[in-house]
Amino acid sequence: MIYEPSWIAVFVFLAFVVFTVGLSFYLGRKATSSQGYFAAHGQIPWFVNGIAFAGDYLSAASFLGICGMIAAYGYDGFLYSIGYLAGWIVALFVIAEPMKRLGRFTFADALDAQFNSRGIKLAAGVSTLAVSVFYLIPQMVGAGSLIQPLLGFPHWVGVVLVGIVVITIVVTAGMVSTTWVQFLKGSLLVLFSAILVIIVLDRGFTVSDGGLKTIGPIDRSDIRSAEIEGRTVLPPEAGWDKHPEFVRLVNSKGGFDIFRIAASPDNDPDRAILAQAQAMTVLSDGRKLVDGLPFGAGEAERQLMPIGHITKLPDGYADSKSVGPISFFTTLQDSEVVLWGNTVVRTDDGSTTKVFYQKPTDGSHVLRPGEHPTFAGIRSGGAKDRVNFLSLMLALFCGTASLPHILIRYYTVKDASAARKSTIVGITSIGFFYVLTLYLGLGAMTSGALDLTDTNMAAPLLARSMSQWLFAIISAIAFTTVLGTVSGLILASSGAVAHDLIGGVMGIELTEHAQVRVAKIAAVAVGAIAILLGIAFKEMNVSYLVGWAFSVAASANLPALVMLLFWKGTTKQGIIASVIVGMVSSLGWILLSADTYQKVYGWDAADAIAPFSQPGIVTIPLAFATLVLVSLMTRSAQTPSP
Amino acid sequence: MPPSPERRFNSRLGLILFAVYLVLYLGFVLTNALQPSAMETIIVLGLNLAIVYGFALIVAAIFLALLYGLLCRKEIPNATANTDRPQEGASE
Repeated sequence: MIYEPSWIAVFVFLAFVVFTVGLSFYLGRKATSSQGYFAAHGQIPWFVNGIAFAGDYLSAASFLGICGMIAAYGYDGFLYSIGYLAGWIVALFVIAEPMKRLGRFTFADALDAQFNSRGIKLAAGVSTLAVSVFYLIPQMVGAGSLIQPLLGFPHWVGVVLVGIVVITIVVTAGMVSTTWVQFLKGSLLVLFSAILVIIVLDRGFTVSDGGLKTIGPIDRSDIRSAEIEGRTVLPPEAGWDKHPEFVRLVNSKGGFDIFRIAASPDNDPDRAILAQAQAMTVLSDGRKLVDGLPFGAGEAERQLMPIGHITKLPDGYADSKSVGPISFFTTLQDSEVVLWGNTVVRTDDGSTTKVFYQKPTDGSHVLRPGEHPTFAGIRSGGAKDRVNFLSLMLALFCGTASLPHILIRYYTVKDASAARKSTIVGITSIGFFYVLTLYLGLGAMTSGALDLTDTNMAAPLLARSMSQWLFAIISAIAFTTVLGTVSGLILASSGAVAHDLIGGVMGIELTEHAQVRVAKIAAVAVGAIAILLGIAFKEMNVSYLVGWAFSVAASANLPALVMLLFWKGTTKQGIIASVIVGMVSSLGWILLSADTYQKVYGWDAADAIAPFSQPGIVTIPLAFATLVLVSLMTRSAQTPSP
Repeated sequence: MPPSPERRFNSRLGLILFAVYLVLYLGFVLTNALQPSAMETIIVLGLNLAIVYGFALIVAAIFLALLYGLLCRKEIPNATANTDRPQEGASE
């Protein structure tokens, strides 16, 4: 899709950014000490901190990624909502209060509270950096996706822009301003998502053809003739001959309309219909064509059409009128929606064509798990797919309470009781938002506004199908969402560098001001790395990427934290070994998994070494076992004989 | 210094509520993984198990969090010393 920037969107967007950066400058004046810079002097009110939890947590993955996955595949995206929220239960009931009591600025503080060990500070500091950088990638990818329709810039410009703004925020301010930005963003995100859902319900569902042509039913024998309905059929030259399911008819502009052969509605095996598809070609010289015409919005150019329509409603109605929160699902359950599949056609001239085709799908199928390729295996019965699913859900459950930018937020309130109350406020607002994601995603699925090539844009495009103002506000909030989460992550990383690695490990005594200065330099470096990775991972769904970040966090951080709190036998060597083994094994597993092979390296997924993509189910228990084993070994060595 | 009775009560309460939620979550995840067709079953108000169970998990999280906030005992200020981890575990 080509997005034409709207002045309203640009205005609202700039207003948000200027306000956010202005607030940072204003509040940043108070953050000259390390206590102020890293922990906001522990003076943030618990309610504000609770909403800021929501602001921190409801990142690009939640708003853009989950809504996008639901819009493209249905219920599967909601599994992430459920897993993300469940993780907060671990945070509230197990981690929150001890974390506040044990630590001061960083996750390493808590882990090292009883030991004062450089090894623990080093392992925890490096793990904080690794998890933060992994979590930063999807945020930056989401930022790039947002900038395209807002300002009309390419993806990479969006990534760079976010990087610069966030670095400015973190360098000028610190935890005080980050918290208030998160508070504002969290409040606005939940409020406007609720408004979108109200409009979705009020609008209901309407049957449409999505602006796509259907030919037939015609005799199957006529499909390979020279003409169909008076239009010339392009011969299937090398490459296309391997895909007899597609037929291309020449159009008046010199390109073609592509159709996929589908079963006739009357189930006559000798007859078929031709359902319009869309083809995006990348030529060997890098130029792009859509349906054989140059990609663009001009007269002799073409772009991919927006998608998302419903073809049948219950009882043959054409319009459901407004629906309630329950009838929204019961109506969709008995309807037929059009999802989209794709297949790649490679031709001898070196060009590659991705053909997107319609997949009419029972509404009941989009309201059950298993439509997304990642989850499809749970219904096909493959043991490996089921383990992969269990592994992801375990990582989501254990990951939240191990995310560095969430953990450091416990230090911004005054005591353990305030930490508990703010977590409760966080869970309530985050839970409410996750309920909304299912309505938003399914609303987007049937909105006729989706971009075939970018699922991450589902929620903002849903808003655009309602009004330009809503689109502008939602996009600006989403952008602030990215800004806020990235700020938190960079702050956590810079804390790990300045406080844990330089202060704790190298033993360099820094003054308060020097520590803050080092943290700011680290923030610039981490921000620059995040920019590069955000550009490199452009193609991936942000929610999926976050699943990986959770796996690393849950494997590296949670076992050490939990065992420290609940097992008297834990030793410092056990903690160090657990963090290192958890981090290295989960990172290594991800880098050797089929998904990374295919989507990052561009290699054949079948060659992947890791047996399934999500590492948590192996690496989390491995980190626990390592801690127990090493603790037992080192403890017995240190205990004097009777 | 040993943890105060209030903190012990709060910790135990937290672990009990955690166990309750863990059972609910495990039920959801294992049903999806081992008996996915069950999630399509319409169970109430025309809604399938996937929707009802999914929403129930979110509502349960909010409910348990509020319940925890309500039942937690206030700790007296001089008992907030750093006693989360027993000293004998430290091996330094």
